[in-house]
Amino acid sequence: MHINLNTLLLYTGIMMSGAFIPASVAEELPRWQLNMPQGVTEISRDIYGLHMAVLWVCVVIGVIVFGAMFISMVLHHRSRNKEAATFHENFWVEVAWTTIPAIILIILFIPSMRTISQMYDTQAADIDILVTGFQWKWKYEYLGEDVKFFSNLSTPSGAIYGIENKNNHYLLDVDEPLVVPLHKKIRFLITANDVLHAWWVPAFAVKQDAIPGFINEAWARIEEPGTYRGQCAELCGKDHGFMPIVVKAVSDDEYRSWLAERKRQTAQERTLMAQQFSLEQLVERGEKVYQSQCMVCHNANGKGIPGAFPSLVGTAISTGLMNDHIDIVVNGRAGTTMQAFGSQLSPLDLAAVITYERNAWGNNMGDMVQAIDIARFINDAKQ
Amino acid sequence: MSESHHPTGIKRWLYTTNHKDIGTLYLWFSFLMFLVGGVMALVIRAELFQPGLQLVEPNFFNQMTTMHGLIMVFGAVMPAFVGLANWMIPLMIGAPDMALPRLNNLSFWILPFAFFMLLSTLFMPGGAPNFGWTFYAPLSTTYAPPSVTYFIFAIHIMGASSILGSINIIATIMGMRAPGMGYMKMPLFVWTWFITAYLLIAVMPVLAGAVTMMLIDIHFGGSFFSAAGGGDPVLFQHIFWFFGHPEVYIMILPAFGVASAIIPTFARKPLFGYHSMVYATASIAFLSFIVWAHHMFTVGMPLVAEGFFMFSTMIIAVPTGVKIFNWVATMWRGSMTFETPMLFAVAFVILFTIGGFSGLMLAIAPADFQYHDTYFVVAHFHYVLVPGAIFGIMAAVYFWLPKWCGKMYDEMMGKVHFWLSFIGLNVTFFPMHFVGLAGMPRRIPDYALQFADFNMISSAGAFLFGFSQVFFLGIVLQTILYGKKARSEVWDNPHGLEWTLPSPPPYHSFTQPPQVTMAHASPR
Repeated sequence: MHINLNTLLLYTGIMMSGAFIPASVAEELPRWQLNMPQGVTEISRDIYGLHMAVLWVCVVIGVIVFGAMFISMVLHHRSRNKEAATFHENFWVEVAWTTIPAIILIILFIPSMRTISQMYDTQAADIDILVTGFQWKWKYEYLGEDVKFFSNLSTPSGAIYGIENKNNHYLLDVDEPLVVPLHKKIRFLITANDVLHAWWVPAFAVKQDAIPGFINEAWARIEEPGTYRGQCAELCGKDHGFMPIVVKAVSDDEYRSWLAERKRQTAQERTLMAQQFSLEQLVERGEKVYQSQCMVCHNANGKGIPGAFPSLVGTAISTGLMNDHIDIVVNGRAGTTMQAFGSQLSPLDLAAVITYERNAWGNNMGDMVQAIDIARFINDAKQ
Repeated sequence: MSESHHPTGIKRWLYTTNHKDIGTLYLWFSFLMFLVGGVMALVIRAELFQPGLQLVEPNFFNQMTTMHGLIMVFGAVMPAFVGLANWMIPLMIGAPDMALPRLNNLSFWILPFAFFMLLSTLFMPGGAPNFGWTFYAPLSTTYAPPSVTYFIFAIHIMGASSILGSINIIATIMGMRAPGMGYMKMPLFVWTWFITAYLLIAVMPVLAGAVTMMLIDIHFGGSFFSAAGGGDPVLFQHIFWFFGHPEVYIMILPAFGVASAIIPTFARKPLFGYHSMVYATASIAFLSFIVWAHHMFTVGMPLVAEGFFMFSTMIIAVPTGVKIFNWVATMWRGSMTFETPMLFAVAFVILFTIGGFSGLMLAIAPADFQYHDTYFVVAHFHYVLVPGAIFGIMAAVYFWLPKWCGKMYDEMMGKVHFWLSFIGLNVTFFPMHFVGLAGMPRRIPDYALQFADFNMISSAGAFLFGFSQVFFLGIVLQTILYGKKARSEVWDNPHGLEWTLPSPPPYHSFTQPPQVTMAHASPR
């Protein structure tokens, strides 16, 4: 029955819009999921237990109340019961149905309070990770480890607009996942750079609002290896639905070697910074940076969205003075959605994307800027 | 007294100070807004029919969710209840009209301007407000489209309208009851509106304060909600929900009053526990002021605050439970028939209770860390608002429409409308519990594939529900134009002063104070 209904609905969907969920992929998905997952932390299982307890309390009360109503609707229909009773008050009945629910509520309150206290106990963590929400991506920073990176949606826009197939992790894939070790108390320090976001991974029962200017705390001790997926849970503007969270939980050894490799990459990027690049090299690298950072607002064709996001084609900034262009990309523009990318991208990526913007979509400026110039610009501003 | 001492044509409606005319204006206006907000809901459901972006861009999607919420709350539900209050309170308490008729005219006629302004933002550069109906800062301040200023002004006008309307309702109830109509003899609809009016006067200025602070942040260099200037974005949420939580009771208490009028009529039995109904309503109103931060369990409040707001929220289940048990006890051993108003009222009790259950689940703070900002919340508040507030309004319309226009609606058509709406709304909103628990966040224009099946079902249900409201419009028009003549009592042995007047009632309702006997006052 389920499968028939499934297939029927699926075909209706395909016929109606021409978009496509491949049947083979759809088969492997956890479809028709009705309930909350139990998760992979002690807290997430406690929460699941509370959820089921209160759900069953509701079901029992529902059976009693709705049962009484249905019995009444059948037995006390005018066709069976010509003459209505006239009672309209009963003190002890009223006392009973006031106090009994109150007692049930207190019984539910006690274990809930215990669980929430545990969730709030963020002391004595083994690892601290600073999570910062940006419009519309997450930044992860391993405190004390000199490792930080951005995590962007990696689902291609072709899949979103129905040109390519959607895979099993449609909208839930990122270019670089957060990697954490098992069985360690990981403390997430959560904040935001622009508007409110919320960092949510259902399998850990961690959901915490990311608030610009404030730092919230949450923690998880993961018990099973795997890849866990979540999403931003607080409306944060246009691409709120497109900033997923992917966490890979691995053994401690794997985590250490991943961390070492990540540090080596950071060091390598630093050496690249001192080098000089050709215009072609910068444009090539800049195009990739543009696609991951700038395209969401300014569009693939550089024309933005009229009224909301300005065009970069032949405009005063992108075809004007180099310093103005560097300034707006590095420092952003206060009071608008244009962020200060100086703290988000490496000088090399900044140089590449600025050079790309000045030489793409017919902006044939022919000029370029090197990483070292960007680093100097940022340093000068600090002094 | 002259029966028709009023101008005719458009001037009748523009200049009217008559409670029935103004009630009619409110009801038609709210129905228009219901259709506008409904079309926006259908845009949302059409986009969510399957994964991927097909019809609208994410920014426009956000404008739709925002405008749908604002229009349904401030344009459809609230004016509909004010319309019912205008029509019914003078009839129920034996008054000739509302206490402040000119104020009444003003409080209605500023509303169309507010909504014209709000809707016009859809055509402005940068588009309409796109930050959700809860307009959390700084998305609604620093990061908002320029149209936010028009939104703020529209909210101010709506608030002024609500406050003026509430003053009028309180003045009418306190000053214009017929001799013998003591407070504890008033029908519950009058009681619930009396309490609701106080809630409105208490919280609408808070909302006005919130939007004014936004205005200062946006245009006058303020930093109420910006940490960079020493403010706090969370402050906005505290202020908003201090308004917002009483607001949800503003939208449901009058519906409690409607159900308490309809269920005894069709059970042919007095309302069970009249006094406890009044006290329960008052307790709910009081508690509504001390639970606001249960909307904010994940903002990082201190542990003590989590505990306090969890407990106070759970306690609301007690007076709410009392009301539901009272309605069931009213039905018990009655002699029931199920005409359309009764069908809507019984569905109201059952489905509102389901919304109450999910509300209790959401009150459990640790579990709320999983539920918060998911479709589980969307399911919850649509279960309390659609079969709660909206079904309450529809039950009231079917119950009193014959009184208002003196014509009877077609019972068969009414039942068809009920069943289409009932099936449509459950097909729409029940699956949302499942996708929410499975992890689908709210306010997203596109979703992961495992949520596809239930979303498709929801969308199908939404179109059924939407269609059935057009059918409802047809039923009302048919009744007004071609309905059979209705009697004064309309129903078998109904209860209350409104049924002692002819259908339709004379232009100046009770020109002589009626004699209130036990047969008219509650409980009988």
